[in-house]
Parts: sequence; structure tokens; C-alpha cells
Amino acid sequence: MSSLLFDVPGPKARSRNRVLSVLTVLVVLAIVAFILLRFAQTGQFTAAKWRIFTFPLVQQTIVTSIGATLGAFATAAAGSLVFGILLAFGRLSDRSWISRPCYGITELLRAIPVLIMMMILYYGLPPLGVHGITPFTAVVVGLAAYNGSVLAEVFRAGIESLPQGQKEAGYAIGMSKGQVQRIILLPQAVRSMLPVIIAQLVVILKDTALGFIITYNEILFQANYFGTQSQYGSPVLPALMVAGVTYIVLCLLLSGFAKWLELRLRRGPKAIKAAPPRIMADA
Amino acid sequence: MKAFFATKRLGAAAVLAAAALALSACGGGGGTAAPGADSGAAPSYEVAKDVALTGSPTFDKIKSSGTVRIGVKQDQPGLGFKDAATGEYTGFDIEIAKWVAASLGVPADKIEFKPIPSASRESAITNGDIDYYVGTYSITDKRKQLIDFAGPYFITGQGLLVKKDNSTIKSEKDLAGKNVCSATGSTPIQNIKSNFPDTKTTEFDTYSKCVEALKGGQVDAVTTDQAILIGYAAQEPDTLKVVGEPFTTEKYGVGLPKGDTALRTFINKMFTNGGDTWKKIYDGTLGKSGTKVDQPKVDQY
Amino acid sequence: MDTLLNNLDLFTTGFKNTGILFVFSAVFALILGTIVAAMRVSPVPAMRAAGTVYVNTVRNMPLTVILAFFALGYPKLGLVPISFLSAAIIGLSLYTATYVAEAIRSGINTVPVGQAEAARAIGLPFLPSLLLVILPQAFRSVIPPLFSVFIALLKNTTVAAGFSVLEAGAIRQNLSERGEPAIVGLLWVALIFVLLVIGVLSTLQRYFENKWRVAR
Repeated sequence: MSSLLFDVPGPKARSRNRVLSVLTVLVVLAIVAFILLRFAQTGQFTAAKWRIFTFPLVQQTIVTSIGATLGAFATAAAGSLVFGILLAFGRLSDRSWISRPCYGITELLRAIPVLIMMMILYYGLPPLGVHGITPFTAVVVGLAAYNGSVLAEVFRAGIESLPQGQKEAGYAIGMSKGQVQRIILLPQAVRSMLPVIIAQLVVILKDTALGFIITYNEILFQANYFGTQSQYGSPVLPALMVAGVTYIVLCLLLSGFAKWLELRLRRGPKAIKAAPPRIMADA
Repeated sequence: MKAFFATKRLGAAAVLAAAALALSACGGGGGTAAPGADSGAAPSYEVAKDVALTGSPTFDKIKSSGTVRIGVKQDQPGLGFKDAATGEYTGFDIEIAKWVAASLGVPADKIEFKPIPSASRESAITNGDIDYYVGTYSITDKRKQLIDFAGPYFITGQGLLVKKDNSTIKSEKDLAGKNVCSATGSTPIQNIKSNFPDTKTTEFDTYSKCVEALKGGQVDAVTTDQAILIGYAAQEPDTLKVVGEPFTTEKYGVGLPKGDTALRTFINKMFTNGGDTWKKIYDGTLGKSGTKVDQPKVDQY
Repeated sequence: MDTLLNNLDLFTTGFKNTGILFVFSAVFALILGTIVAAMRVSPVPAMRAAGTVYVNTVRNMPLTVILAFFALGYPKLGLVPISFLSAAIIGLSLYTATYVAEAIRSGINTVPVGQAEAARAIGLPFLPSLLLVILPQAFRSVIPPLFSVFIALLKNTTVAAGFSVLEAGAIRQNLSERGEPAIVGLLWVALIFVLLVIGVLSTLQRYFENKWRVAR
């Protein structure tokens, strides 16, 4: 691990580290203090700027918008997992007329910015006569398409990193290729790639915030609206603080759940100790 | 009827809804004014019964669901504004929207307002997110390719909003080298880009963000229809002011799904025959500033 | 094709600003990210903590919120005024730096421990051993994930369209003002991104990956 980059500090190094620690703390405190001071000086902490959040309807709207964010996240997450698995199996297919197009689709969807994809769905399709596209569908389909293609690569890498023996053992007991992939390879791949999968889910959760640009009424959209209510003192920064903290809490909850899940799975039947390839979540 | 006084604090919207219900309940009885109706600024509208309107897919949808979804602005004081704390919609456009709904036989409590910013209006209408849109929606030929307009129901023109202490911008002639903000996809920003090439532009999805940028000093002026700007200036008279005379003509219409001629004709007829109601709405909202205007003649293209 | 040719000015300005956003943010993010990564592996506990808190906070916030802070919230603080373009560059850099830091840190972890031990054995202190021995080796294995981070950055620049920066993501709204069909403009933008990402960045990524492959 990275801690091996330095030896156990001796007395001299310890005192030097202490000085550096104090310095770091001072610098960080100075930055934080400066920001807080500016916030305070411009009246961001006054009761007037926060009054808007004391109204029951405002609180209710915030809860609704968190629901909207989570709803889009859950649907998009489920969609991208399914789409990702299908694409991964497609790419691993022996038939080139399946694997080639799947490869093309994966590469293509990964190259287009999610926001552009959402815009194509929401602004581009309706004039062509496609009906029933709401901001919700545009957000969900855009996220599922992009993250599905990223997850497809993750699943594929996970499956390919498994020892050959797993596959061979499956065939040896008479399983078909589909069965081997579904019953033997995929569960192990998912387990070994779980950290990356969760990281990608966090990306989905964060990217639901793009929905505000195409007018999906999620957390950030509402925060912007509250921020411009001038009869309550235009609380732009308080509203952004509320939105920021809400997102951090939601993401940490998701990551925490992931950690818990990982630990649980570790305790389960022995996991294959194949070193998973280093793949990073793709923001 | 005494119970109405208890509901007064729920805000004019609830009162209006109650009033509309009371009206429809009294029906042929000749419209006894519901108590509380005069406490709000806006009039209430008689909810039409047995609306004879055929051949309009939008109306069929409204009729079968019993509710109407209306796209509006939520951040334009005086025109279309939603108070975050009470959830109450107020303004001239809101009243027009309620009037149309009532004439289609939908009571006020069956109206679902959907706040939609300028840039997404056409999409929202063509997608069927909303049944119609009433929100400072200028009638232009380009938009007519995608949707249809009933009206116009109001005429205004592009104006300028600056900080109270600004003395350099007095009219649109002083815009060279200045940074002017308006909403993405709106008519005014197009006008600035094509007719004022020396002017820098900043774009946000809503005018209220432009107003925030103006107050923060990131832009020198906000430009859009003067009616909208007057609303902002009225809200913060100590920091903002409207300068110059309107330098374009904007006609506000009700945005409808393309091809729904039956509904368009119906609403146009309502505007033409409803001069008194229009005047009442105007006096109760925009007219409070003292300005007088006449209802424009509808354009049944 | 007409949509592209008739509005070439719009597409050139748009992608020029996308380029500006990308290059500046990439450079700043690389610098900041390397510093943060160094902090996170340093022997000083407070530095490690500061780096960790920064990465975990920013990574768990949507880019949109960060950009909204710099474009809409920052001016409220009455500090030096910044343009919307600079605001977007600052936001993108701070956001991307966390991903750069994580990529570099995981790259550092791939360098065999013996390298660090050897560096210390010849008497190099922490910083020289990191800069002269570890990072040069780490950067090789960091190249592929780093390219992925920058590809993500290129695509993320489109988010600035929501904050008054005329870049590729904002081409649609300007086109629709000119009365062009949205879908055609959007497909052109998508196509150009595909060319940039697959044609340029991914190809470079593969080239460097092969050139600097480390046999371990």
C-alpha cells in the first residue's frame, strides 16, 4: 500500500511531520475561515436568507425533488445494469454479427456526452413526431444508455479476468454457453467488479442533476428556483448549500450501502481471487 | 357559506378554487358572488358547462381526464409567478390560463400548473407534457412551424432593466460594449444578437437568473419584454429600474399543439367575446401599476 | 450538411470554447490532482486527511452543483468578478482534479514497493523519492485511466452550457433561435464528439498505452 512510500518515522521525522501537520491544518483552516467569513460578511447566514426553508411547502418541495432525483436514479440504474449486461454478453458472443454491432454501440454511446444525449431525446425527437418524451424519460434513457455502455465494459472486463478453469468447469458438467455465462461467470464478475459498479452508480446519481438543464424538476432545479425568489432575499448560496449537502449525503449513503454489501459478499462463499483489471468509474 | 371565511388564510388560490366550485354548484342560479372572492386581486371565472367543442384532440384529452395541465412561468412577478412558500401562482398570464380553463369547463381546482422555462416550451407542447402554455409566449413565424398560437392576448415590447444607480444605459442605443442578459431561446436574445452586434450576451434558462446576475454585477442589463421587467423592478424598486421605451413589438399568445385548429378558434372566440373579463384581469394584475392598455385583437390565421 | 455549413460560425465558436474549457481545465486538473495525490500518500497525517476530505466531498457532488456555485453563487460573495468561462474552468478543474488524484494514487500503488525502498536506501527523502522514482513510473501505468478521465472531462465541458458558456452543448439553443431543426444540430455535435473521443483521444490513449507498456 501507499503507506510503504515512507519508513516508520523516527524522532526527527516525527517532529517535522508535526510541524507540517500544524501547517496544513493552519492553511486549511485559513481557507475555510476565509470562505466562511465571506459568507458571513455577505449575509449568507442571516435568518432572512434561510427563512424560505422554514415554510412547510418549501420543505415538502425539497422532499419531492429528492424523490424525483432518486426516482430517476433508481430507474436509470436498473436500466443501465440490464442494458450493460446485455451489451456485455453481446460483445462476448461468438457470432460476429452480434458482437460487432454491440462493440460499435458501446463505443458510440461512450463517446457522446450524456447531456447531448438527453438533449437529442428531449429536444430532438419530438419535432420528428416522437411523442410522450418527458424530461424524466429523457434523463433516464440518456443515463441508462451512457452508463449501460460503460458498465458493459466493466462486466466484460470482469468476465474476461476470471480464470479459464471456471468456464471449462462449467462446460465440463454439460452447461451451454449461455448457462455458463449466466450462472457461473456473471455472478463472479459482478462480485469482483462491485467497487467499480458502485462507483458508476454514484456517477448515475450525480448525473441526474444534469436533468435540470432539460427542466427535470429535481433537487438542483428546485434549488435554482428557490435561489431566485427575491421576496425571500434571493438565497442563491443557501439553496446551493442545501442542494450540495443533500447530494453528498445521498452519495455517501449509496457508497456506504455498497461497502456494507461488499463486506457481506466477502463473508459469503469464497470469492475468486482473480486480480480484477484496473478499471475506473467513468465520470 | 360561512366556512369560506375560515379558508381565507389558505390563500387566494384555494379561495378561487372554492369560489369556482361554489359557482358551478349554484350554476343557473345566476352567479352569487362567493364570499372571499373580492379579497383576492383577480376575478373568478364562470366554469362553462357542456362545452361544445369537437375535433380538438387536446380538449378531448382534457375532458376525459377532467383536469388540465397548463405550462406557465414561475419566476415572473406580475405575469407568472409562484411563491415558493405558499405554492400560490399569481399574475396576468396565470389569470388568462385560468380563464381559458374555466371556459373549457375545468374548475380552478382541477388545474395543474407546470412551470416550464422558455427554452423548453415547444418541446413541452409537442411532447404533450402540457395541454397549453400561457407564459409570455411571443407569437413568431418560426414557432408557428412547431406549434399553434391562440391570441394574441397582450402586446408589449423589448425593454431594458438596469441597476438603480446605473446612469450609462438610458436606452437600447447605449448597449454597445455592454453585457446584456436574457433567457436562452427567447426572442429578445435573438434580437440583440442580430441587431446589436457590438453587445455581449449572457444567457440563462430563466430571466430570474439574469436578474440575479444583474444584481451581482456580472451583466450590465437584462433585456426582455418590458411587462416582465416592470414586474421585477416593482419587486425590488430600491435596486432595479426599467429604462427607455419598448423597441420591439411582442404579441403574447397561448401556445397550443400544432394543428388543433378547433381549440385555437375556440380560445380566440373567447378572447374576442370576453373583453370585460380581460379588462378585469388586467386591472387586477398588471394594471395595478397604473398603466392602461387595450386588449389586442386576436389574429385568427 | 446545410445546418452545419450555414451555421459554421456557431459550430466553430462553440467547439473553440469547448477546446478552451478542455485544455485549461485539463492542465489545472492535472497539476492540482498530482498535488492532491501526493498529499494523500504523504507521511503527514493532516495532509492525508485534507486530501481525503477534498476528494470525498467534491466527488460526491454533481458537477452541475459545483458549476452552479461558481457561476451563480460566487458573485454573491463580492470577491473579484470572474467571467462565466473562467467560472466553468475553475469548476471543471476542481471536479476533474479529484479523478486525476485517484487515478494517480492508484497508479502509485502499482509501483512495486521495492522501488520506494530502493529510493530510501540511497537516502532520498519522501518528496524526491516520489518525484524522481515513484511518479515517473506511476505515470506510465496511469496513462490509460488518465486518458479516460480527460475523455470524461471533454464530455463534461458540455455541462457549462447550462451556465452561460457558449460551447458545444449550447449550439442547440442558438440553432433553435435561428429556426434550425434541433435534431440535426445535435447529431452534428454528437458526431464531432464521437470523432474527437474515438478518433483522437482513444487513439492517443492506445498509442501511449502500447508505447509505455510496463512489463510487470
